[in-house]
Amino acid sequence: MALRAYAAAKRTLSVFDKLQEVDWGLVLLITLVALAGVAMLYSVAGGQMQPWAMSQLLKFTMGLFVLVAVATIDIRIWMRLAYPAYGVALLLLVAVTLMGTVGMGAQRWVSLGGFDLQPSELMKVSLVLALARFLHGKSVEDISRPLNLAIALAMIAVPAVLVVLQPNLGTTLIIVADGCALLFLAGLSWWWIGPTFAAIVAAIPLTWEFLLHDYQRARVETFLDPGSDALGKGWNITQAKIAIGSGALTGKGFLEGTQSRLNFLPEKQTDFIWTAICEEFGFVGALAILILFGMILYYGVQIAMSARSQFARLLAMGVTLNFFFYIMINGAMVMGLIPVVGIPMPLLSYGGSAMLTVMFGFGLLMSVHIHSQVEIPRHSGGII
Amino acid sequence: MPVFDKKYKSRYTTFTRRTVGVGGTMSLVFAVLAGRLYQLQIRDGEEYRVAAENNRVSQRPLAPPRGRVLDRFGAEMATNRRNYRVMIVAEQAKDGVKEALDQIGKVIHLTEAQKKKVLADVAKNKKFVPVPVMENMSWEEFSRINLHLPYLPGVQPDVGETRDYPFGAEMVHVLGYVSSVSPDDLKDDTDPLLDLPGYRIGKRGIEKAYDKELRGKGGDTRVEVNAYGRIVRELGKDPGTPGQDVWLTIDCELQRFADQRLGQESAACIVMDVETGAILSLSSTPGFDPNWFNVGVTNSQWKDLSTSDYKPLLNKAMGGTYPPGSTFKAAVALAAVDAGIATPDYHVNCSGVYNFGGHAFHCWQRKGHGTLDIEGAVQRSCDVFFYETSRRLGIDKIEAAARKLGLGTPTGIELPGERSGLIPSRAWKQKTYGWSWQQGDTISVGIGQGYVTVTPLQLCQMMARIAGGKAVNAHMVHSVGDKVLEQESVPHLDFADESLAVVRSGLNKVTNVPGGTAFAWRINEPGMEMAGKTGTAQVRRFTKEERARGLISNHNLAWKLRDHALFIGYAPIEKPRYALSIIIEHGAVGHPHVEMARDILTFAQKRDIVARPTAYPLNSASATRDTRGAQNATPSRKEPG
Repeated sequence: MALRAYAAAKRTLSVFDKLQEVDWGLVLLITLVALAGVAMLYSVAGGQMQPWAMSQLLKFTMGLFVLVAVATIDIRIWMRLAYPAYGVALLLLVAVTLMGTVGMGAQRWVSLGGFDLQPSELMKVSLVLALARFLHGKSVEDISRPLNLAIALAMIAVPAVLVVLQPNLGTTLIIVADGCALLFLAGLSWWWIGPTFAAIVAAIPLTWEFLLHDYQRARVETFLDPGSDALGKGWNITQAKIAIGSGALTGKGFLEGTQSRLNFLPEKQTDFIWTAICEEFGFVGALAILILFGMILYYGVQIAMSARSQFARLLAMGVTLNFFFYIMINGAMVMGLIPVVGIPMPLLSYGGSAMLTVMFGFGLLMSVHIHSQVEIPRHSGGII
Repeated sequence: MPVFDKKYKSRYTTFTRRTVGVGGTMSLVFAVLAGRLYQLQIRDGEEYRVAAENNRVSQRPLAPPRGRVLDRFGAEMATNRRNYRVMIVAEQAKDGVKEALDQIGKVIHLTEAQKKKVLADVAKNKKFVPVPVMENMSWEEFSRINLHLPYLPGVQPDVGETRDYPFGAEMVHVLGYVSSVSPDDLKDDTDPLLDLPGYRIGKRGIEKAYDKELRGKGGDTRVEVNAYGRIVRELGKDPGTPGQDVWLTIDCELQRFADQRLGQESAACIVMDVETGAILSLSSTPGFDPNWFNVGVTNSQWKDLSTSDYKPLLNKAMGGTYPPGSTFKAAVALAAVDAGIATPDYHVNCSGVYNFGGHAFHCWQRKGHGTLDIEGAVQRSCDVFFYETSRRLGIDKIEAAARKLGLGTPTGIELPGERSGLIPSRAWKQKTYGWSWQQGDTISVGIGQGYVTVTPLQLCQMMARIAGGKAVNAHMVHSVGDKVLEQESVPHLDFADESLAVVRSGLNKVTNVPGGTAFAWRINEPGMEMAGKTGTAQVRRFTKEERARGLISNHNLAWKLRDHALFIGYAPIEKPRYALSIIIEHGAVGHPHVEMARDILTFAQKRDIVARPTAYPLNSASATRDTRGAQNATPSRKEPG
């Protein structure tokens, strides 16, 4: 094992060898969660594979191949691709802003050779890659230098602004959170972090007043008092809570969820799939999924901590945290802890774009794992 | 490359330290998520389970068929018939409800008001709920709609049930009618049936009094609905219990005859079984067609009904109170005989006027009746005789006798809105006016004027009690469903038989002995002779000037100022079976009412109502159905179904 890892570092591993290095335990965990998601999509469709379950299963299978493929590609190659990927994602974002198709009231999709792509999803991974690449060469002191910090913040801010203009608040939140988390992990000085945090708290009222869209404000207001508009905007939150709560300890049973099957749950197959799980499998089932998620995250942290290069460590943590932010925001949203923001539950929610990026992320994580012993010089590679 | 240089090492440890911190934070967030799950699913699980069930299951009431109302021979007085109607479903009307209504309007006649009402109903209900556009359509209209259906998206023809009153206005004061549920009705009635669109409940008469029994127990369908309220599937169905039939003691044929005989007068007439108190017919004219209210009365109809001087909405038989006039003399005579005042030797001389306490009380016969005994006084309806006799009796004895005859208290008839009338007493006057009873008051009461008021129904009951000597109670419901409500035995009236015989003899002389006030309208059929007492009730007080000028004949008065004409009677005189009372408001011109009474009593006797086998259900509902066909010799106006 260890020998193979060193061999990988010296680029002497064959693809077959690398496949053996893949942590199949992690793949198994991911597969379990994804299959639970497929089962739920089967259930909310009224016990049918159409229109979601079969499609999701295919997408996940594709995702598995993507994961393995990405994992076997050398970590140094990913490092070289980091900036170009970021550049492409940025261009696509600009493209959607200019001419994207309007879906769900937001310009989020761009058609690429018959493939509907959400550039904002692509950006999440690209940003992690690019920031890890940028921070790789910086010492703790370097990072806190204003110029470096300004560059890093710009790398976060430009896509964030583009995404928030779409408007897509959820993804913006994740992009910003991912970026800031990487800066933090790379060793950004507390002297920067403390005052910034204070400034953000101070800026909340201003944001509320000038930056948020009406519908976003309405979401927050509805969240604060869902009863005030129980049949209108509060409907989603109220019905989601009823679905979750009515699952009780052991749930209503597979295919027996009344809230989801009778359409009381909005977007039950996408953002609100978690409520269907809670309804049909109860506290026990939901907790089991949470534990699976926790184990995946634990794997991610372990892989990050055992990687030798700063790029690999930051990449692994970036991907892991991205996954975590999805779970946190979606979970908290559907359970009524935070206002409704459009974030799917990773691996569970229906949707190809998200599935692909999540699996791509796991592929990068696995690549880090396979190439954990690879040393990367601080000033390697240049732009490509 | 210096892999382990100091800078590199420092960021390695920083990363590890901070990653551990991040990992801890992630664990914390997961703990919060799990805690929230616990809160929602374990702590509040039951509450949300109920909420989900309420979301999912919708109970929709089902109306059971309303019970029928039948007469003693099984003729259907109130029944149900098919209601051809057309409904509209808003979400299926592609071009909007308004356009759809215009399209319907091209096929059948729809007024603008009707269209407006439909639009309002549509706005009130959810989009998938069918809203009635037009009800009680003719077969022709209904088939025209069906023919055009392909061009009328969202329009649904439907066959429901509606109440039908085959006798129309003739039975309306007995039956009442059904009409839409008003907000007031919902106040103390929580029956879910009332929430059904288009549901009708009893508003007057038997329909109101026995509404609960006629209504039956509402069933329901438990349906699973989706978030939009549309039915996904039926979970269970309880058809409910059909309403019970109400069997009346009424004989429709007699009632129809009486109603037609009353004609256009503002009048009331009751015929009662002397032995049991069962009401055989109860008419109040004019009436109105109860079917109007079922369909919905128009404004002009309502205005006519509520403003007419003839008060068609009022059941005068029990909801109208009148001075009994001379019919009250029957009660005073009975009191006098029973008190031992009016012995065979007791005579009073009538000179046409009776002076008492400085007042002159006049007899209707200005020239006087001469000397009369009690039977002669009843026969000729001598006022002076009764002035003197009631003065001797005193109000207390008159009041006691009147009460024993059932006056001054409601008879307990099963119809809503009965009034009690008034039998005055010393205590009553003290309480009402604040001063004591005067003998002059007694003198007025003695001829049925003054403070006394009665309902025609009370008069009929009084007549039955005097004729039969039994303390019968007026009633008209024999049974509800299989449950017999009519009481079996009737106690003896609290008067000596001898006293009653004297009064009956006097009443006999009224009609059957020359000089009697109703002699001209006697029944000549042997064995069917009637006895009775006429009465005239003043509707206003005469002023002194009027008396001085001489009384104006009723002929020359405006209708509203004319006296009421009353008559109470029974037949046959041997073993009486039918008691009757009749009043014609402002009808004291000639004696049409006695003529009507004669005809009605003759009709009843010839039909031999009380001797005919009834069609009442004996023990079970099946027995009802079996016997009805066989025993019902009555030609019923309409075949059921």
